Amino acid sequence: MRYQSLAAIGLAILALAAPLLAPNDYVMGVVTRICLYALLALGLNIVVGFAGLLDLGYVAFFGIGSYIYAFLASPHFGIHLPFIVILPIIVAATAVSGILIGAPTLRLRGDYLAIVTLGFGEITYIFLLNLDRPINITGGPSGIISIDPPSLGGFVASRNAEYYYLFLAALGLVLVASARLRDSRIGWAWQAIREDELAAQAMGINTTVSKLQAFAIGASFAGIAGGLLASWQRSVFPDNFLFQESINILAMVILGGVGNLLGVILGAAIIVALPEIFRDFQVYRLLAFGLLLMVLMIFRPQGLLPVSRPGREDDESARGSPAA
Amino acid sequence: MLRLSAVDTFYGPIPALKGVTLEVHAGEIVCLLGGNASGKSTTMRTILGIVRPHAGTVEFEGKRLDGLSTGEIVRRGISLVPEARRVFGRMTVWENLAMGSFIRRKEPAAEISRDMERVYGLFPRLRERSGQYAATLSGGEQQMLAIGRALMARPRLLLMDEPSMGLSPAFVDQVFDIIQTINQQGTTILVVEQNAAVALSIASRGYVLQNGRIAVEDSAAALLAADDIRRAYLGED
Amino acid sequence: MSDILAILPQQLVFGIALGTVYGLLALGYTMVYGVLFMINFAHGEVFMIGAYIGWGVLAALLDAKVGGLHPAWVLPLMLAPAMLCTGALGVMIERLAYRPLYVRGATRLGPLISAVGASIFLQNAVMLTQGARMKVYMTNFLFPPAWRFSLFGASISALLVVMVAVAGVMMWGLHVLVQRSTLGRSIRAVAEDREMAAIMGVSVGQVIGTTFFLGSALGGAAGVLVGLYYTQIDFVMGYSAGLKAFTAAVLGGIGNIRGAMLGGLVLGITESLAVTFINPAFKDVVAFALLIMTLVFRPEGLLGEGLSDREKV
Repeated sequence: MRYQSLAAIGLAILALAAPLLAPNDYVMGVVTRICLYALLALGLNIVVGFAGLLDLGYVAFFGIGSYIYAFLASPHFGIHLPFIVILPIIVAATAVSGILIGAPTLRLRGDYLAIVTLGFGEITYIFLLNLDRPINITGGPSGIISIDPPSLGGFVASRNAEYYYLFLAALGLVLVASARLRDSRIGWAWQAIREDELAAQAMGINTTVSKLQAFAIGASFAGIAGGLLASWQRSVFPDNFLFQESINILAMVILGGVGNLLGVILGAAIIVALPEIFRDFQVYRLLAFGLLLMVLMIFRPQGLLPVSRPGREDDESARGSPAA
Repeated sequence: MLRLSAVDTFYGPIPALKGVTLEVHAGEIVCLLGGNASGKSTTMRTILGIVRPHAGTVEFEGKRLDGLSTGEIVRRGISLVPEARRVFGRMTVWENLAMGSFIRRKEPAAEISRDMERVYGLFPRLRERSGQYAATLSGGEQQMLAIGRALMARPRLLLMDEPSMGLSPAFVDQVFDIIQTINQQGTTILVVEQNAAVALSIASRGYVLQNGRIAVEDSAAALLAADDIRRAYLGED
Repeated sequence: MSDILAILPQQLVFGIALGTVYGLLALGYTMVYGVLFMINFAHGEVFMIGAYIGWGVLAALLDAKVGGLHPAWVLPLMLAPAMLCTGALGVMIERLAYRPLYVRGATRLGPLISAVGASIFLQNAVMLTQGARMKVYMTNFLFPPAWRFSLFGASISALLVVMVAVAGVMMWGLHVLVQRSTLGRSIRAVAEDREMAAIMGVSVGQVIGTTFFLGSALGGAAGVLVGLYYTQIDFVMGYSAGLKAFTAAVLGGIGNIRGAMLGGLVLGITESLAVTFINPAFKDVVAFALLIMTLVFRPEGLLGEGLSDREKV
């Protein structure tokens, strides 16, 4: 445990000093993007890692959050609310969408839940892409542009470093929230459900409420990330929110270690940074990615930083049942 | 014919069988008695290779069985009538019997038909229902089907796991009569049972399992006669 | 309203064409689910690869300026390698991506994510070797557009008839195989009670491999048919077709072969008719809506017998 605390403190210092250490603005941009995706990964970690619900359509909430910010801070509808005001609206709206999307999945088992959430992700994309006729709601394939940057007091963010600190702050808050949740009654309920849902119900846990909570909270984290993206990119497009992105985020969670907060951040860092390092091999990126997922599942399904859990899964040999 | 020597089997960290030694000679009916969780089913599964023993050996007709795959073991002439019947509910009676002869699918069809006829002879009720889905049969009929299915493999040793479970007393008598007939027709039988009285009535010898150990081993007559054994180990009163 | 009625027969015909393809593809999902209780997420990709193989054969024949092209001999020439290769590919996917994971713990995460990985890998492998642009089936050289007839105001091409016939024969063939043959019985036995089947002497691993082979081969055939009918193929076609076919399988009752065929038809016709009333861009939403409604209101599907305990949460 000491090792982890020291590492965490070291990381925090590094993180705060990052703009001083970054050699150029491009690297700054990458680091900022890592923060953004770390936030997303933490959000998905709540749904997949804590509650054990395989959500393959997580990108939907990312998109909803982004577009809400775009609606409320751009010339598109002519509304220009300040950043501070929009954020709670996004949290509320995405939480509600999380409940709406989670509700039909409550009685479904793992595989089905995955496919249904995937379907919702696709539906969201289709709506984002096509709701520009007869009334232009989402701006269609060309999305929404000229989104206002975040501003507080008179200060308007413009450089990557400034965005970086904003993202870092958000990441910090979400990280603390995740840790609190994990150790709270809600977190224990999620863990019980993840391990054995029937037993959890027998213990008196209201699995419906717990699952919906997981969806709602996970969705709101993605929504926050969405708002941040919109304010940074100053634009949103449907193609920001493809299924591939859901898989990216899932890979971050799994690579890092399902359920492990720092692991998940590490996973985000690796998956964002690696393509940058191997720019020349960009074209093989997805190929390698697919291979990575398969290999990970076979050789290290618990990820890089596994969660230490008392007496665990894989002692199938003891059960005496034949493999296929 | 069948010999278990000092078999230890574990389920994870929990010992299920400890030093179990038993023998079944060709042509016999031997019964394995005991209460719940005494290790009866585990013994069956160990013989069939579903569970591997951590120590000890299982021999059949002089050759080692432990370590072989279930398919291999079945091919050597051992068949199982499982606990709770476990017929294939979504298949018809005929199809269930056909599945029973799967291990012999390379043999000429006439041979297999002959065995099916034999099964129908033992269980006329099944012939009547041969086109029906197994799930629609009564408990007793399913038991007959399970036995018939096991017989279709022409086993030399038939393992039966609690054949009386869930059946009415009249049916139990019927089933055990048939078991005797099957034995007389040449099949060696090892029966696992909680209903000691009826099992001992057809067996020549019996073993009593308690907490994974063989507690008593004797002829069936002796076991039936000994009151204190009955009470202590078989939970009867 | 009257112009909607006028195009209805044609849309119905399109729906049946679509439905048979969905049905063929759905069979793969349903069979694998029947024996493994797992969704083969990579199934859409064997469909896509089948389409590419069919294209390759046809393109090669056209390039070599082979004369006297007639579907009677060209079609089998396209279908055979497509089905054999995709069947083998399916077996390989099971061996490499799924089998190592069966013994692992209780989470369903592992095989599903591995499947997603395999799917991404295959898609990109095809993209890198075949190019990102779509390929076009020169169907007209094989099925001249003039080969068509009219029925109740709908124009039905010979190609469509052949497509439905081929798909129908394959589905019926699979049905007969599963219901009447020893192999079919062993598949059904493994699907119902794996341990008991093993006790009967069935090699469960072999049965699973065979199931993947059959399902994938049918998926490959569906790919060739789709290529012929819709003429455009690309490396992402497997993704959405796969999801739709899965929907069809669930709709009909997952694990149920006749259900897959029925579900395919229902989905194909529904989707085709729906686009006459709503913006075609939203047609995928129709499929997903059907999926969600089925899972919420009738999870066992149209022909299903109710979820077993393994499927309920």
